[in-house]
Amino acid sequence: MIITEEKIPATDRLKELFDKSREILSDGDASVVNEVREPAMNAFLRMGIPNFKTENYKYTDLTHLFQTENFRRAWTPDKFDVNLKEVFSCDVPQFDTYLAMVINGWFDEMTNHLDLPKGVIIKSFKKAVKENRSLVEKYYGKLAIAETDPMNALNTAFAQDGIFIYIPDNVILPKPIQIINLLRSNDDLYATQRNLIIAGNNSQSKVIFCDHTLTPQTYITNNVTEFEIGDNALVDIYTIQNHHNKAANLSGLYIRQGQHSQLVTNVVSLHGGIIRNNLGVLFNGEHAEAKICGLALSDKNQHVDNFTVVEHAKPNCHSNQLYKNILDDNASGAFTGRINVAPHAVKTEAYQRNNNVLLTNTAKMNSKPQLVIDNDDVKCSHGATVGRINEEALFYLQARGIPEREARLMLMSAFAHEVLTEIKIETLRNRIDRLVDKRLRGEVSKCHLCAMDCIR
Amino acid sequence: MLVIKDLHAQIEGKEILNGINLTIKAGEIHAIMGPNGSGKSTLANVLAGNSNYEVTKGTVTFNGKNLLEMQPDVRAKEGLFLSFQYPVEIPGISMVNFLKTAVNEARKYRDEKELSATDFLKLMREKKQLVQIDSELLTNRSVNEGFSGGEKKKNEIFQMAMLEPKLAILDETDSGLDIDALRIVANGVNILRKPENATILVTHYQRLLDYIVPDFVHVLYNGRIVKSAGKELAFELEEKGYDWIKKEVEG
Repeated sequence: MIITEEKIPATDRLKELFDKSREILSDGDASVVNEVREPAMNAFLRMGIPNFKTENYKYTDLTHLFQTENFRRAWTPDKFDVNLKEVFSCDVPQFDTYLAMVINGWFDEMTNHLDLPKGVIIKSFKKAVKENRSLVEKYYGKLAIAETDPMNALNTAFAQDGIFIYIPDNVILPKPIQIINLLRSNDDLYATQRNLIIAGNNSQSKVIFCDHTLTPQTYITNNVTEFEIGDNALVDIYTIQNHHNKAANLSGLYIRQGQHSQLVTNVVSLHGGIIRNNLGVLFNGEHAEAKICGLALSDKNQHVDNFTVVEHAKPNCHSNQLYKNILDDNASGAFTGRINVAPHAVKTEAYQRNNNVLLTNTAKMNSKPQLVIDNDDVKCSHGATVGRINEEALFYLQARGIPEREARLMLMSAFAHEVLTEIKIETLRNRIDRLVDKRLRGEVSKCHLCAMDCIR
Repeated sequence: MLVIKDLHAQIEGKEILNGINLTIKAGEIHAIMGPNGSGKSTLANVLAGNSNYEVTKGTVTFNGKNLLEMQPDVRAKEGLFLSFQYPVEIPGISMVNFLKTAVNEARKYRDEKELSATDFLKLMREKKQLVQIDSELLTNRSVNEGFSGGEKKKNEIFQMAMLEPKLAILDETDSGLDIDALRIVANGVNILRKPENATILVTHYQRLLDYIVPDFVHVLYNGRIVKSAGKELAFELEEKGYDWIKKEVEG
C-alpha cells in the first residue's frame, strides 16, 4: 500500500497570495521589514500550517481553520462611515489612558495624542518603518523568530501595519497606554498585525491591549508584538481578549528584558473561538524579574492555548508564572510552559504554576511544563493541577444558606481572583474582576462588552 | 422541633446509621456521645445535607417539614446550623463577603430586606464580642484561611451567632480546643441559647459538658442510639469509658 501524504492546499494558497501581493506589501520601500518577508515565507512553507504533529502546536491544530478560510485581507486600511473612536469611547471615570486603536490590523489615524510626554511616540507601525527607520532596523524581527514558529513566519511575511510605541530613556508615563484592537468587517476577514514597542532604560510604563470583535463575521487575526524593555525599566502588559466565538486569535508577544528591569504580563481570555497566545520572555541582563500570568474562562467549544517560553540567559533573574483556566461544556485548554536556564545563568529563580478547573466531564485540559536546566545553582519549581470544584468547600458554603449555584460561582471567582490580584492598575483590576464575575454567571455573551465598560 | 425516625444512612455502600430515633424539642440541649466510628459525625452531616452520605431509610421532620427533601442551603435557611468538626479553608472568598452573602440569603428567604454594608458591619461588630474572635481574622482574611484550630472553632460559633439558627448541631466543637478557647466557645453557645432554640452537642468527651449542661445524653454505637439518659450519663461515661456499653449492647 502506498500512502501519499495529503497535500495541504492552504499553504499553496498562502504562497500564491504572498506572491500576488508582493507589491502592495513592500509598498516600494527597501526596509528591513521587506527584506525578511521572503525568508519568512520560505520558513512558513517549510514548517507548514501548525497541526498536532508540530511539536509546539500539539494541542492546537490549525489545519481545519486554514483549510476552510479564504477570507478577505485588509491590504489597506478599511474605511468606516463612523468615527470608531466616538462609537467606542470610554466613559470610565478615573480611567484615563493614552488611547490608540488598531482596526483590522491597521493603526487608526484618528487617534492622536496631544498630551504625550516629550519624546514618546505612539504611531502606525507602517509609518514608523519610514520615519523611525533606525529604531525599526535595530529591533524588528529580533524576538519574534520566523524560522521556528509558523505563525511568526506568516506574520513576518504579511506584516504591514500595527502599532509602534517608543518610550525614551527615563520617561515615566503618567497614564497607561491602551490599545484597542478591533476587528470590524462585513465579510469574513483575516487580519495581520505587527507591533513594535520599545521601553527605554529607566522608563516606566503600563500597556493595555483590548482585543474586540465588532461584527459577527468569522475572523482570523495574527497579531505579533515585539517588546524591548531597557535596563531598570518597569513595564506592565495587560491583555484582555474578548473576541466572539467565531474568531481565531493567534498572537505572539515576545519580550526582551534588560538588567534590573521588572515586567508583569497578564492575559485574561474571556471570549474567543480559538485563542493561541505565544509568550516569550528573554532575560538579557542580570537581576531582571518577570511575573507572568494568565486567566482563561472558556465554555462551549472554545479553545485557549497559552504557550510560554522563558529564557534565563543571564544569571540572577527571577521569573514566576501563574496560569489558570476554568473550562465548561466542551471547552479545551492547553498550557505549555518552557523554562530554559542557560549553563552560566546561576542563581536563577524560575517558578511556574498552572491550575485548572473542569466543570464538566467533556471539558479538556492539557498541561505541560518543560524545564531545561543546565546548571545546578538554581531554584525552580513547577506544578500543574486539573481538578473540579472543591466539594467540601461547596458544602460548607451551602450549609451556611448559600444556594449551590451561587456557591459554585463564589468558588470559581475565588479561583480566578488569584490571577487578577496581579493586575496593578486598580480601576482595571476592579473592572476585570466584575467582568470575570459576569462572565462566570453567563451574563456577558457579547464580545463588545469591554473590560473598560465602554459604551457603544 | 426535630423528629428523627428509623434513620439509615450509608457512605460508599457502607451502612453507618442503622436506625436512629430521636426527638428534640425547643429549649433542649442534647448531647450525642459515643466511641470513635459510632456514627456521630455522620448523623450531624446527614442532618445538614452532606451529599456524600446517602439516606436509605427513615424520616426526619424539622419544624413539621420534611428535612431530607431540602437542599443544604434551604436547611440552613430553615434554621439548621452545623458547626463543622473540620471547618474548610476557602482561599479567595473573604470572610466578609461570605458572611454577608449567607446572612442576606437567609433574610431573602424570610422576605426581609437585605442588610446594607453598614448594618452588616455593625452586626458583625456586635456578634464578634461573643466569641472574642480577632477582628483581623474577619476583615482581612479568606474564609478560615490560615486560622488556627481554635480560631476555626471560634469562627464557627461566630457564624452561628450571625445566623441565629433554631437548631444548632455542634460537631466535636470541643476537639482541639485549649481550656480557655473551650470556655469562650461554651460561653458563646450559652449566651445564644434561647427557649425557642435547641442544640445538639456531638462530642467524644465529657469535658464540654462541664460548660454546656445537656438535658439529655445519648450514646451512639454502631449507628444506633443504645442508651439515653440525663446528664449523669456523661459522668458515668467519663468514669467508666464506653466498654461497658459495648458489652451491654453486644451481650
